[in-house]
Amino acid sequence: MKSLCLKLCLIFVMGMSGIVQAVANDTTKLAEKNGQRDVDNVVLKLPAGFGAVTVVDSLARNRHLAVNSNGDIYVKLARLKDGKGVLILREKANGKAEVVKSFGNYGGTGIAFKNGYLYTSSDSGVYRYKLNERGEVISPDAPETIVRGLVAGRQHQTKSIALDNAGNIYVNIGAPSNSCQVEDRGKGSKGKDPCPILDSAGGIWQFKADKPNQSYAEGIRYATGTRNIVGLDWNNTVNELYAMQHGRDNFYQNWSELYDSVESAELPAEEFLQIKKGSNFGWPYCYYDQVQKKKVLAPEYGGNKTTQGRCEGMDTPIIGFPGHWAPNALLFYTGNMFPEKYRNGAFIAFHGSWNRAPLKQKGYQVIFVPMKDGKPNGEWEVFADGFMGVQEIAAPRDAQYRPCGLAQGKDGSLYISDSVKGRIWKIIYNGK
Amino acid sequence: MKKGIIIFSLLFVVIYLLAQTKPKTASQGGTDKASVDRGKKIYDIYCLACHQADGSGVPRLNPPLIKTKWVLGDKKELITVILKGMDEPIEVDGEDYNNVMASHAFLKDQEVADVLTYVRKSFGNKASGVISSEVKTVRATMK
Ligand code: HEC
Repeated sequence: MKSLCLKLCLIFVMGMSGIVQAVANDTTKLAEKNGQRDVDNVVLKLPAGFGAVTVVDSLARNRHLAVNSNGDIYVKLARLKDGKGVLILREKANGKAEVVKSFGNYGGTGIAFKNGYLYTSSDSGVYRYKLNERGEVISPDAPETIVRGLVAGRQHQTKSIALDNAGNIYVNIGAPSNSCQVEDRGKGSKGKDPCPILDSAGGIWQFKADKPNQSYAEGIRYATGTRNIVGLDWNNTVNELYAMQHGRDNFYQNWSELYDSVESAELPAEEFLQIKKGSNFGWPYCYYDQVQKKKVLAPEYGGNKTTQGRCEGMDTPIIGFPGHWAPNALLFYTGNMFPEKYRNGAFIAFHGSWNRAPLKQKGYQVIFVPMKDGKPNGEWEVFADGFMGVQEIAAPRDAQYRPCGLAQGKDGSLYISDSVKGRIWKIIYNGK
Repeated sequence: MKKGIIIFSLLFVVIYLLAQTKPKTASQGGTDKASVDRGKKIYDIYCLACHQADGSGVPRLNPPLIKTKWVLGDKKELITVILKGMDEPIEVDGEDYNNVMASHAFLKDQEVADVLTYVRKSFGNKASGVISSEVKTVRATMK
């Protein structure tokens, strides 16, 4: 009798665990199915007359890229792949590219060609490599260190680079902080005043492009009050520096008595900046409200969403884009392939938002700003869309691709790099 | 005899159910279900922006809360993450994450218990709840 009961109990327990097991199996199957979404159904949406060629399907953790005078595509990787941080790709006749060489034992973001050199950046320094007459890197394993010892925290640590025509290189040094609070991202935590971060970060520094081993002491703080910049480019038509700054986060989490979750999703602007020597864009004291169209005093410094206080007279952006779209690349188009309206205009690659939740995530696209004499000349428009692979996403992990880098091809085509799978597209114009 | 079996198996089911509900009634905040519901509200306000509605986090910035060693592991450590925040390079499923999480010590013991109960029972996690006395104990050792 007792043993019969035991048997019954055993059957009962086994039955229960069987059900649990079955449920677990179903979830795994579902997860596997979801993981297989990358069977490619991503077609980029482009204006009429434009087409996209997938030059390479998946590479690595792509950041910025640059095209060499010989047409080779150089890609900087966030993290090493097989021990290397720079990949050289060469296109074949069928339009597909192959990795022909890799070098550099550091991850990073910046990559640019100038006056017979390749410049690259890690999160703490800038390097350069001399090119031979065929445009090839002569000593891939022996770069010259141009800048060293830059601040690299656990946020906004990547360094972007741009070069002018007077022998200078500009480096973004992002602030390792959201808004310079006593406790970073802490609820109700006040801002440090003055913000000590600004001495060595939260701005753009200028160095000599050909002087080895420079550190802060040899550099100039060219502009300040920028929280984090990833898209950075020199505009040759007006000989000035431009950048895309990532606005601050967490209005609602930190200041819920002032901002609701919708305001926190839309504010502040992602700023398109025209930068002059000595510019101050106000971070962390100020942010740009693209609805009120003014610099507003941040809540960490006593702001109430409308007062300007010390932010009056602060330098403002030339465009305030919607909040949190994460602009990761800026490129002034100087080619001849695209129609006239694109010449000297700005392409901006938005990596796409994460802190718009609970609203849908947005901005996973490349946009175009028509420009004349260095100023926007008409409304900006979406240029390339469809990177997410689906209509809507709630969380960034659901995006199949995220645009991260832009480069102009020798023939005037536009290259776009993706950071999720490492895809690279080449955008060509074949309309009339 | 037959009757006996039925009674015994019924008894077993009752004991089984009792055993299941025991920890639930033990939490000061009422049942786990109530704790999960309250926890979701807290999650939506204070955690969702960074860790996302489905707990999937943000690639390379904010780690996921899906079956990580912190979420499913030692409750003391998990409670400490909430009370103290976190600022050390971490890796989850072979991916590194770089951002800081601020202290959430402003949440009351019961609120921390609720939000962690919600996290430990959502996003595919199936772990026991957290009760406010556990939070209280950890908070006391931190002072
Ligand atoms: C500002 C964004 C942010 C907010 C808000 C936030 N976290 Fe985090 N959380 C992070 C980051 C970033 C880490 C990893 C920190 C590190 O690497 O040092 C983390 C780590 C964790 C971990 C441990 C790692 C893991 O993946 O299991 C847990 C658990 C956690 N958070 C839960 C929460 C809960 C619960 C809340 C709400 C009460 C919350 N977090 C609010 C950003 C945030």
